[in-house]
Amino acid sequence: MDHLTAYQKVQLARHPHRPYFLDYVEHLCPDFTEVHGDRKFADDPAIVAGFGMLRGQPVCMIGHQKGRDTKQRQYRNFGMPKPEGYRKALRVMKIAEKFTRPILTFIDTPGAYPGIDAEERGQAEAIACNLREMSQLRVPIIVTITGEGGSGGALAIGVGDRVNMLQYSIYSVIAPESCSAILWRDQQHAAEAAEALKLTPEDLKQLHLIDEIIPEPEGGAQNDPAAIAKCLASVLERQLRELQHASPNDLVSCRHKKFRAMGAFGE
Amino acid sequence: MTWFKREKKPIEAPDQRRIITEGLWIKCNGCKDPLWKKDLEGNLQVCPKCNYHYKISAYDRINLLMDAGWTEHDSSLYSTDPLDFNAAKPYKESLTSLPEKVGVREAAVTVEGKMDGVPVVLSAMEYNFIGGSMGSVVGEKITRAIERSLDNGSALVVVSSSGGARMQEGALSLMQMAKVSSALARLDQARVPYISVLTDPTTGGVTASFAMLGDLNIAEPGALIGFAGPRVIEQTIRQKLPAGFQRSEFLLQHGMLDAIVHRKDLKAFITSSLKFFIA
Repeated sequence: MDHLTAYQKVQLARHPHRPYFLDYVEHLCPDFTEVHGDRKFADDPAIVAGFGMLRGQPVCMIGHQKGRDTKQRQYRNFGMPKPEGYRKALRVMKIAEKFTRPILTFIDTPGAYPGIDAEERGQAEAIACNLREMSQLRVPIIVTITGEGGSGGALAIGVGDRVNMLQYSIYSVIAPESCSAILWRDQQHAAEAAEALKLTPEDLKQLHLIDEIIPEPEGGAQNDPAAIAKCLASVLERQLRELQHASPNDLVSCRHKKFRAMGAFGE
Repeated sequence: MTWFKREKKPIEAPDQRRIITEGLWIKCNGCKDPLWKKDLEGNLQVCPKCNYHYKISAYDRINLLMDAGWTEHDSSLYSTDPLDFNAAKPYKESLTSLPEKVGVREAAVTVEGKMDGVPVVLSAMEYNFIGGSMGSVVGEKITRAIERSLDNGSALVVVSSSGGARMQEGALSLMQMAKVSSALARLDQARVPYISVLTDPTTGGVTASFAMLGDLNIAEPGALIGFAGPRVIEQTIRQKLPAGFQRSEFLLQHGMLDAIVHRKDLKAFITSSLKFFIA
């Protein structure tokens, strides 16, 4: 499978049958309780947040949710959150912090919603605020990119102590189609753009931006959702164990150092 | 016998006496009136008739805001093209040609000094350097500016002018948003003032990280400020955008800005706020 081109991996990450956050929840955490709303404006169905038990351990889980059929896609806004989605995520993360529960986030979004209402309510401020606040949360945070990691809209729930990517997920600063539109003034060069952007898990691992790549079943996660969920659960369980004895101060300072070290430049 | 005779010498065109007007006048982007360039230069690159604020360079911005005698920091940082980004126009080409053309080594310049006597660390962004985009170097420079503020307690001022994260450095650019925001959280806890100045344009990953995280977020009049660019929004929702959408005045109205400040009042506004915070 690893003879796939970068753009083929992009297409796999967007596969319409790929397991979404609620599919993982069903496998990982059957007693999941969803909570709603940002307490300021609305509830955003593009982000799902709640609590449950992961193999006997209470955790907070937050993820982007895309829809399966047209109706659901519309309802979930194709997994593109508005400011209230990010604010809900932060609100729930603060509850988790208050009651010292670890936070697991699951990223799968084309990006934050680019619309008039989202801009009016401060999309940029909502994302920025999450980045700042997540860096300071005094509980373990484990981030997994399960499908599309679309730029700031993904990172806004992506600041964690461990960052994992599924084998056929992607994480990019811009969609290859948009990159092509800017550089070539058309969308025909998306494949080349995907190659150039270095958005596959292997690329990100090499750039020291993520920690682990979680292998997928033959042909991709959509072929065996139960198997990928089981594999994911084992990884999360192990990582939670690794982090459980760290003091809150150490967690925050290690997380800061982790992101502080990101970047490549000369001096 | 002819009435007219050809002159031996051709009529001389008054070459030397011609007054060259080309390039001295421009059409104002705001009011569309003709504008004498010298008037613009004498007025901080602001149209005297309609107050349209033209972009200014990072060093002009520094000289506008800082007292004389500032020192520059971290000027040796440069981008290494870590992804070997070769699509359409090679990134390396821009990196080699731009420093000389634009007069800065990267899209952010950090200086330290006084602003009306108040000790300040200032980072100003340079839009002409790849759209002021934030790659590893800009992220690192802003982070170091924050850390410098944290170390010596000087207030932090960042003047943004940027299209967002730098595509040519892929996810490395994206992570700069988290890096800078995490550093700002520490500055916040140390209670060192941070004033974010948003100028035309400030969009994408820069707005969605440090530009929106100031104790005060202030903007110049008429600046384009947003997360998604207007073209992207138009293509997504397939509607024309309302007039004034994503301009400073729109953001102020929607509660995203503390104030809109004319360029000539910017220094006074910042210093009086800082004096209020730290006096």
